[in-house]
Amino acid sequence: MSKRCIDPAKAREIAERYPAGDGTGLIHALQDVQAAFGYVPCEAVEVLCEHLGVPISKAFSATTFYKAFSLTPKGDVVIRICTGTACHIRGAQTLVDEIRAVLSIEPGETTEDMKFTLETVNCVGACAMAPVVSLNGEYHGGVQPGAATRMIRGEE
Amino acid sequence: MAKILVGMSTCGLSAGARDTYEELKKLLSDDSSHELTLTGCIGMCYREPLVEIRDNGTRTIYGDVDAGRAREIVDKHLANGTVIEDYAVYTEDASGRKGGAEEPFLTQQNRIVLRNCGVINPESIDEYTERGGYEATRRALTVMTPEQVVGEIKESGLRGRGGAGFPTGIKWSFAAGNDADQKYVVCNADEGDPGAFMDRSVLEGDPHAVLEGMIICGKAIGATFGYIYCRAEYPLAIARLEIAIEAARKKGYLGDDILGSGFDFDIKIKQGAGAFVCGEETALFASIEGERGMPRIRPPFPAEQGVWGKPTNNNNVETYANIPWIIVNGASAFRKYGTEKSPGTKVFALVGKIEKGGLAEVPMGTSIEELVFGIGGGIKDGGEFKPVQMGGPSGGCIPEHLKNTPVDFEHIPQTGAIMGSGGMVVLDATTCMVDIARFFLDFTQEESCGKCTCCRIGTKRMLETLERITTGEGNTEDIAHLQHLAQQIKQASLCGLGQTAPNPVLTTIDYYEDEYIAHISDKHCPAANCSALVSFNIDRDKCTGCTLCVRDCPVDAISGGKKQFHVIDQGKCVKCGKCITSCNFDAVYKA
Ligand SMILES: Cc1cc2nc3c(=O)[nH]c(=O)nc-3n(C[C@H](O)[C@H](O)[C@H](O)COP(=O)(O)O)c2cc1C
Repeated sequence: MSKRCIDPAKAREIAERYPAGDGTGLIHALQDVQAAFGYVPCEAVEVLCEHLGVPISKAFSATTFYKAFSLTPKGDVVIRICTGTACHIRGAQTLVDEIRAVLSIEPGETTEDMKFTLETVNCVGACAMAPVVSLNGEYHGGVQPGAATRMIRGEE
Repeated sequence: MAKILVGMSTCGLSAGARDTYEELKKLLSDDSSHELTLTGCIGMCYREPLVEIRDNGTRTIYGDVDAGRAREIVDKHLANGTVIEDYAVYTEDASGRKGGAEEPFLTQQNRIVLRNCGVINPESIDEYTERGGYEATRRALTVMTPEQVVGEIKESGLRGRGGAGFPTGIKWSFAAGNDADQKYVVCNADEGDPGAFMDRSVLEGDPHAVLEGMIICGKAIGATFGYIYCRAEYPLAIARLEIAIEAARKKGYLGDDILGSGFDFDIKIKQGAGAFVCGEETALFASIEGERGMPRIRPPFPAEQGVWGKPTNNNNVETYANIPWIIVNGASAFRKYGTEKSPGTKVFALVGKIEKGGLAEVPMGTSIEELVFGIGGGIKDGGEFKPVQMGGPSGGCIPEHLKNTPVDFEHIPQTGAIMGSGGMVVLDATTCMVDIARFFLDFTQEESCGKCTCCRIGTKRMLETLERITTGEGNTEDIAHLQHLAQQIKQASLCGLGQTAPNPVLTTIDYYEDEYIAHISDKHCPAANCSALVSFNIDRDKCTGCTLCVRDCPVDAISGGKKQFHVIDQGKCVKCGKCITSCNFDAVYKA
């Protein structure tokens, strides 16, 4: 788990967007935390659960079920390779293999210098542009082998 | 005054529409005689970015418009009205005569659901109402009784577009018939099927149509609140929905006493958090309630106990988008399209190895061949047609000899596939059918929520078996073993995920058993796709030592200097195929 410190006031501010003692806001609040910190820090979970009045186990039950949550911090650049059916048959796996080889990380992992995180995503719904890669949320269609490497080298 | 529309849906944006838009904005900044605006997806994804010019009753749609072409359009078309024929994909003159290179793609369609997509600015409620928007709401709320609304939808024969094809009017009558202090309308916008994006395009291109469908449903069943459950992977759809909901509230189409009818209705968006099973309606309800999205036992059915234990009606995005059209045009107009048992149209996402990948809306009962070859322009790069995959991870592969099958709720299930949500992934000779089965099992295994043992563990065992086969480690009992497991998983799973997860394996074994046998007995992948069974090599007689492949290889696996034979290091090679495309002498081959 990360040693990065988080700002507890920010976590509190997020928690207080939701009514105290009402656990039904949990997933929404966790989504806000994920958006604000780029991951779900344990410290934030504690603040959230205390405010919403739910056991911490419930927050972990949700964060480990839904893919949108990460319990570890992500790199500055999040590379998401779409591996939906259309992207798969147009070569998404070779893009994944290429980035794995170039950055020496597996999907779901982050480089040691915290620069890059590699992720795969089920489908971003831009199937006609397959294969699709997104860098920090910006979509690129029709990505050829080699171009993915150039895209991330451009970010270096 | 000319109006310039830039297609700004996710497909357009991933092809660079943002740059095109910015360039046009810059060029037109001190020119108030033209109006620059954005629009949704017109379906021609294969020619994105698309820019349309509307002028004096004429329409011209340009394809592949990058910043350079945008300048040319401003200089030629806008300055002196010259249509640039080279990249005009669709034209319509003042008398309605149509032309342009891609005219057949559009004119072979019948657009009910997509009636406004690519036509209006989805962020403008005024453009929606100018095209007759909210007229259906007005009628349903102020002229018709709830029974008449349900009756009209029943009469239309509309069937749910989320996959199962349940008759929508009958579903509504169930929820209407259950009394409760509170009922809910839910819109399923989870669109989890990888390879499908109809719902995304409707939400991004015509969000008010979906809101209207939900309001009308609320009136029909007596619900005052609605949820749209939209997957988080669709940020633009969520943003456009938020704008639409806000605008509808301001105009009084949402909120209290809508149009003075005394009917109250409001809508809230719930964002998904990345779990395919949440598309299953009972899991979706659990997720709305803040729980892990795990399916619940039925009965009780949603019409009795849905969200928060209250009577709920859940429909798919496309189902709702049909509703306003039916209310305005009538059930019999709807029945003019499609077949007796599957009336209306259906939107399909044509993707994969197809020339013209995009969205097409056609009457139910159109054949696969008409869709793939007539509208879709056939197989990409003149390749050989293999099957089409329909229904995603729950569906199956339909082989070439069944390409005349009409696409509707009666005929598709007879092939072993399912209608699903409308994703049609076209495969060609370079696609390995065992790998496709492995791909889907990898997906369902990952997405199984874990509640039912057979689904949780059974899909894992099936995946392992398929992985063995695709890596050349399969044995002769594997096929029978897969079929046996498939039956057990289908029978012992609670929800549709497990009940259908084995379909991709079963249909590929049915139609392509020889490919399984080639992997198992000959350790050979006929499509030269499974990387463990193929290698890339360089033909010494053809290699001229030009170093192009050496430089292009993304993982530096190729060695050899100028005028030396190049050699691929099999340990480093990631089998991406880049060297094949970069070699000018056909020296690289796959075996
Ligand atoms: C695993 C699974 C995933 C599903 N995903 C979706 C989906 O993404 N969108 C959808 O509309 N229906 C999905 N469904 C079907 C829904 O449960 C439900 O039948 C549908 O939303 C009803 O809407 P309709 O009557 O308008 O078709 C899924 C079902 C299963 C079993």
